[in-house]
Amino acid sequence: MSLIEIKNLTKDYVNEDVVTPVLKGIDFKIEAGEFVAIMGPSGSGKSTLMHILGFLDRPSSGKYLFQGKDTTEFDDQMLAEIRNESIGFVFQAFNLLARTSVLENVKLPLVYSKRENHDAMATKALEGVGLGHRLNFFTNQISGGEKQRVAIARALVNEPKVIFADEPTGNLDSKSGNTVMKILQDLNDQGKTIILVTHEMDTAEHAKRLIRIKDGQIILDEKIKQRKLAKDQGELIK
Amino acid sequence: MIISWIKNIKQVYTAILSRKARSFLTVLGIVIGVAGVIIILSLGAGAQSLVLSQITKLGTNLIGVLPGKSNETGPPAQAFGIQVTTLIQEDVVAMQDKTRFPHITDIAGFVTGPATIIWRNQNIDTNFVGTQAAYPKIQDVEVAEGRFFDEREELGSNVIVLGFDIKQELFGETDAIGEVVKIKNVPLQVVGVMARQGTVAFQNQDDQVFMPLNIGQQQLLGIKYIQFIRGKVDSSDNVDSTIYEVETILRERHHISDPENDDFSVRDLASAVDTLSAITDSLKLFLVVMAGISLVVGGIGIMNIMLVTVAERTREIGLRKAVGATNKQIRNQFLIESGALTLSGGVIGVLIGVVISYLAAIGARLAGFDWDFVVTPLSIILAIGVSILTGVVFGLYPAFKAAKLNPIEALRYE
Repeated sequence: MSLIEIKNLTKDYVNEDVVTPVLKGIDFKIEAGEFVAIMGPSGSGKSTLMHILGFLDRPSSGKYLFQGKDTTEFDDQMLAEIRNESIGFVFQAFNLLARTSVLENVKLPLVYSKRENHDAMATKALEGVGLGHRLNFFTNQISGGEKQRVAIARALVNEPKVIFADEPTGNLDSKSGNTVMKILQDLNDQGKTIILVTHEMDTAEHAKRLIRIKDGQIILDEKIKQRKLAKDQGELIK
Repeated sequence: MIISWIKNIKQVYTAILSRKARSFLTVLGIVIGVAGVIIILSLGAGAQSLVLSQITKLGTNLIGVLPGKSNETGPPAQAFGIQVTTLIQEDVVAMQDKTRFPHITDIAGFVTGPATIIWRNQNIDTNFVGTQAAYPKIQDVEVAEGRFFDEREELGSNVIVLGFDIKQELFGETDAIGEVVKIKNVPLQVVGVMARQGTVAFQNQDDQVFMPLNIGQQQLLGIKYIQFIRGKVDSSDNVDSTIYEVETILRERHHISDPENDDFSVRDLASAVDTLSAITDSLKLFLVVMAGISLVVGGIGIMNIMLVTVAERTREIGLRKAVGATNKQIRNQFLIESGALTLSGGVIGVLIGVVISYLAAIGARLAGFDWDFVVTPLSIILAIGVSILTGVVFGLYPAFKAAKLNPIEALRYE
């Protein structure tokens, strides 16, 4: 049983009776523990694909099996539950809550879960990304790289099956970006499934498998032969 | 469930407190509305209890006969300055008939007017009451010194009973009994001084003098009619039947066949109390409606600011949905937020309202009124309940709008 299996997935956007096909029949499987980079130019449909895979959006047709279960008929409540328990998102723009502490930001997914010991779990997640010393800082008091690491801690706090990272290094300098990629690779080494969406080859090469998309179709799906390994440049204090 | 609500409320207060000035301005309408409701209810209850206690001091088994017709609840004709001359002392005599009016224990006719009372070289402006020997029993008042004039004297003896204040002003500590005072050159011998009574029905009862009806009528006013009759009924259960009997005999004596043509009206204090309560209740209702309108206006302000908040926090809503918030949880978050805003407004409003009502009560007491500070728990519960309700009702539309946001668009929102 694959973690993710999609069959002939399509997505059309309808705007004033004009139908624009964005995804035109996509098939692939992702197994637990993989590190997949979905790459393509802007407008290729890679973000739409990630939103559907992350249950933020629904396909127009086709099947999406998550852990063997067909999710196409799931209602909003069930999708919210999957997003909460099985999926973690890391966004390009960090999307942290303003005027709120680092710790509170990381606790946010726990608010919607049945789990307890929120402070302990959030602290552990933050220590995992090397931010154990920033718990009570406000989000406007930390650097961009640190912000993205807070976002990763937030994605991890519920111990999800999959982490979706949408251009996680897009707003960062190369040093901070490198640190973020290092964290993602470490997480993958610990067994987390990572799905990375990017338009930069340089970033994509940190993954183990590359899926290239163009005009809503897969044009390439292969193992990355020369994988880049990010090195910690002293930002991660363990 | 409960834990998630507590979490929600914690988040909400963080959100509200992070925008203190705006939150405060937003709830100002609610604060004013709620404070208004509390003040109106408190002052209304205070005024009502003041009026009612003044009236019930007189006793609810009193009946009064006024000249001129008036409908049940309207003001008597005299209130419009019309002197009606149809009541005469013989009407009182007829009502003293024990066989026909077994329940009337005491009855007296009245005339009143202004008077300047002179003793030696002093004079005081006051009011006189020309009445009959039954007066102290009807009004339930006591004589402090000497005695009230009796049934023999009431036929026309030149005697006078002084109100407490008049005695003090005129005589001080000197004994007044036996002294002769003059009103309009009519000499009157002081036979008694009334005990101190204070203010009843908004009138200082100690600032008046009493003399036999005939003296007041003929020597001071020069009239043949009487201004009103008051009688005491043995029990308030018999008031209605006695009123009926009084109306019957007065129609007989005045040769009236159709009640429409009555030239008198008979009232009892119980009905006066009802009338007053009805008037103050409707006044209160009107004022509460006005305060309610200000709550609605405040509510629209809440809706407006909540819409702004939802728009401002579109990205946050998208993020919350991405990390697992359901539409319902988002909706509840914003409903609780607007409810909490108006609840805070309501609490502040209640505090302001109670303080102002309390100050008003102190002021009224300083002004000499026997004013009760009344804030009922019901009015507080009502005010706070209404303010939460306002928040929830006017928060519904923004909250549903937030809940329906598409998470992807919300995340992308700039």
